[in-house]
Amino acid sequence: MNDSHYCPHTPEEIAEMLSTIGVASVEELFAPIPTELRAKTFNLPAGMSEFETYGRMQELAGDNTPGMVNFIGGGFYDHIIPAVVDHLSGRAEFYTAYTPYQPECSQGTLQALFEYQTAICRLTGLDVSNASLYDGGTACAEAAMMALRVTGRNKILIDGSVSPFSRQVVKTYLFNLDVEIVEIDPLDGLLNRAELASLLDDSVAALLVQNPNFFGSIEDFTAVAGQVHGVGALLIGSVYPIALGILKTPGETGIDIAVGDGQSLGNPLSFGGPSFGFIAAKKTFIRNMPGRIVGETVDKNGTRGYVLTLQAREQHIKRHKATSNICSNQGLCALRGLIFLSAVGKEGLAELARLNRDKAEYAKARLAAIPGVTVLQVAPTFNEFTVSLPKDAAEVVAELLKAGIAAGVPLGQYYLGSENCLVVTVTEKRSKKEIDKFAEALQSELIAIHF
Amino acid sequence: MQLIYEQSTPGRRGVKLPASDVPVAPSLPESLLRAERAGLAEVSELDLVRHFTNLSRRNFSVDTNFYPLGSCTMKYNAKVLENSANLFAPFHPMTALLPGGVELCQGTLGMLYDLGQLLADITGMDEVTTQPLAGAHGEMTGIMLIAAYHASRGNKAKKKYVVVPDSSHGTNPASAAIAGYEIITVPTAPYGDMDLELFKKAMTDEVAAVMMTCPNTLGLFNPHIKEISDIAHSHDALMYYDGANLNAIMGKVKPGDVGFDVIHVNLHKTFGTPHGGGGPGSGPVGVKSALIPFLPQPRIVMDDDGLLQLETTNQGTIGRTANFFGNFGVMAKAYAYIIMLGREGLIRVSEQAVLNANYIKERLKPYYDLPYDMTCMHECVFSASKQLAHGVHAIDIAKFLIDRGYHPPTVYFPMIVKEAIMIEPTETESKATMDAFIEVMIEAAREAELNPQALHDAPLTMPISRLDETKAAREQKVCCVG
Repeated sequence: MNDSHYCPHTPEEIAEMLSTIGVASVEELFAPIPTELRAKTFNLPAGMSEFETYGRMQELAGDNTPGMVNFIGGGFYDHIIPAVVDHLSGRAEFYTAYTPYQPECSQGTLQALFEYQTAICRLTGLDVSNASLYDGGTACAEAAMMALRVTGRNKILIDGSVSPFSRQVVKTYLFNLDVEIVEIDPLDGLLNRAELASLLDDSVAALLVQNPNFFGSIEDFTAVAGQVHGVGALLIGSVYPIALGILKTPGETGIDIAVGDGQSLGNPLSFGGPSFGFIAAKKTFIRNMPGRIVGETVDKNGTRGYVLTLQAREQHIKRHKATSNICSNQGLCALRGLIFLSAVGKEGLAELARLNRDKAEYAKARLAAIPGVTVLQVAPTFNEFTVSLPKDAAEVVAELLKAGIAAGVPLGQYYLGSENCLVVTVTEKRSKKEIDKFAEALQSELIAIHF
Repeated sequence: MQLIYEQSTPGRRGVKLPASDVPVAPSLPESLLRAERAGLAEVSELDLVRHFTNLSRRNFSVDTNFYPLGSCTMKYNAKVLENSANLFAPFHPMTALLPGGVELCQGTLGMLYDLGQLLADITGMDEVTTQPLAGAHGEMTGIMLIAAYHASRGNKAKKKYVVVPDSSHGTNPASAAIAGYEIITVPTAPYGDMDLELFKKAMTDEVAAVMMTCPNTLGLFNPHIKEISDIAHSHDALMYYDGANLNAIMGKVKPGDVGFDVIHVNLHKTFGTPHGGGGPGSGPVGVKSALIPFLPQPRIVMDDDGLLQLETTNQGTIGRTANFFGNFGVMAKAYAYIIMLGREGLIRVSEQAVLNANYIKERLKPYYDLPYDMTCMHECVFSASKQLAHGVHAIDIAKFLIDRGYHPPTVYFPMIVKEAIMIEPTETESKATMDAFIEVMIEAAREAELNPQALHDAPLTMPISRLDETKAAREQKVCCVG
């Protein structure tokens, strides 16, 4: 097959190049690889045309069941994505560029990242942001490692109402670092403050909380921040950026390091990635931040420009003493986040947040009206809430999936004794009609049991 | 250029949101609300489009400029890959984790499974996890797998060190440090590879792993690689392969055949997915069978009926290194790339990548010092030491290239070469493009002798000249105040 569309040389050009190099064949260039080490088999299928390739990809996509109506969240959320996000992040000058190590020919990426960092700081009410991390879970882990460095201590407390996925990622990251991790079992779907008080002492580096938490509850951690600071520890808050359109900011709460997943900001669900993780902190911690940071400066003519800064923290300079091993981040997804936030804008983000809450409150009332269904939360919620069903939630979810409704995340597999509980997510994309249909389907499913 | 925030007008909007079809919910208590709106931009859709379009024009990119950035494999990114990834945009990852959900996700799980099989064949490994989100994330995952392996054999306390050559990527020691290891660095010998005698001295039973890039960051294939892995294995240390340079050897040699136990691949380098201005990447990790019990969960397995399932019952697992299944969209692109090029296509990729690097090496050798003068693989490393005699540094040559429309090669890496200039043309560039680049490199060498000031002044054609990096580090202005 002719692959000259991606490997462009003609046989004549190859001959000319070989003669310049002074070898007789391309194979001779592989002489440094000892013959006995050469691959004995290479069983990949033969290649195909672009048309056939796309056809195969369409087939694969078609093997997933389409058109599910999502009432599931769990860290990834089905939000609107304005058309400009695809079009502008789809500019090849952005997506086929590399890390902006050469600032003069990378001002586009650098300024965009500076604007992104600004958006994250303003969203979280904190002073400094980096240029993105991998995802929400790894951002929690990076924040925990940052707190270990800042405090010089080796114990991390984690509220059990933080996403079980993020908790697992933190545990995996810290497993080999001689760090003690203590999980605090939630009480009524909230942080168990009495237990926290009994655990806080000067060996604790940080407490990790999430707001809204995995069950959907909104908590005010202002007093907790005071308690945590009282023993010289840091408070790490994992937050949901859409909710920050209206909710109290990490800065106002006294959170030291805010992290989260940026998927909801203009990145498609895409079966779990790519999204991006964000991290913002109080200014005093900037030298302990992981990953790339863009800073403003001037050129020799005094013209404003942007450059990767404080690189002495990073792996390519500090190697094993770096603040993190991260190199590639999720730059293009962060750019999508910036374009999303700039399109929705100052008033729009608040409106979007309220819309999410309105839809979720409607759904909550609708589901609570079904006999046997109870809303578990006493605390206020944003766009997720937890209901208790009269039977195993996993069975109910499996049944409703057949009707094209992803009803929510059953809690049983993550919390022992919660087999009848279901976390339901309602974003602005869910119409009243869809919510009504969900409620009706759930009601018939539950009635079916009684008979 | 103005920042987007400097173009804001209160009340202006870039997008209209859907109207509500439900009642307004009662307000949340004041104590839970933010005091003021987040200070986001307030611009029209056209303002937004002009701003980001104009910003994009301030970038060099593969689609606009030759980008011979060593170690980064900046090959052309086929457009059909973008179209392919978009097909999977609507699928929620939680669906697969719901009871009965895997049946609805056989396409996406099937693609991940198939990609794992293809990568296992290319690298000579037994199983691949697609969870790691980038190359360094793969390294960390891989070294954690090695730590779990040693711990399972009762050797957690005994195994303390990871050995790396001094030419290694900075991520190698940084990743090993997260897995709890101390680092032993072995110098490079005059023949361009890790010094074999010093390596032997460094190896003890306390070494957990040896991390290598092969071909290494000098672009050289280590002919002693089998001997090195035999020595490592004799000390019960495992061999880790940093796949950053895999583009050189596809179909020619498989890391798994020459003694490597764990490998990560950079899909955004070898397998044609775009770099996105710094990410997203994707760093799947392949392992030999002895390490399968420790792989992250959920693990995608095929049952007896050919259905894909998620296995979460593995007691030995290191856990989870990311929230879901990895950077799926990036993997969809890499999968499309691999099936499109196929067996012959991938062999041709490696052959032409190596041909191109050797061609540039031979053509530039008379003008630039070549500290390791031998047949290279996919990249070659020069030194600007001849030019330094005239006061011209590698960075000056880099800036001169920018004025001529070329993204500079990687400079000052690997650190073992003084004034390093690391060139990786990749297979997708034509001879004409490389010839024009070579001429400009020759011109830079001539200017260094005749008119060094011109190089110090470069670049002159960009929106900004060289930046005051000290000021940036001192003032730490990392967001727009106000």
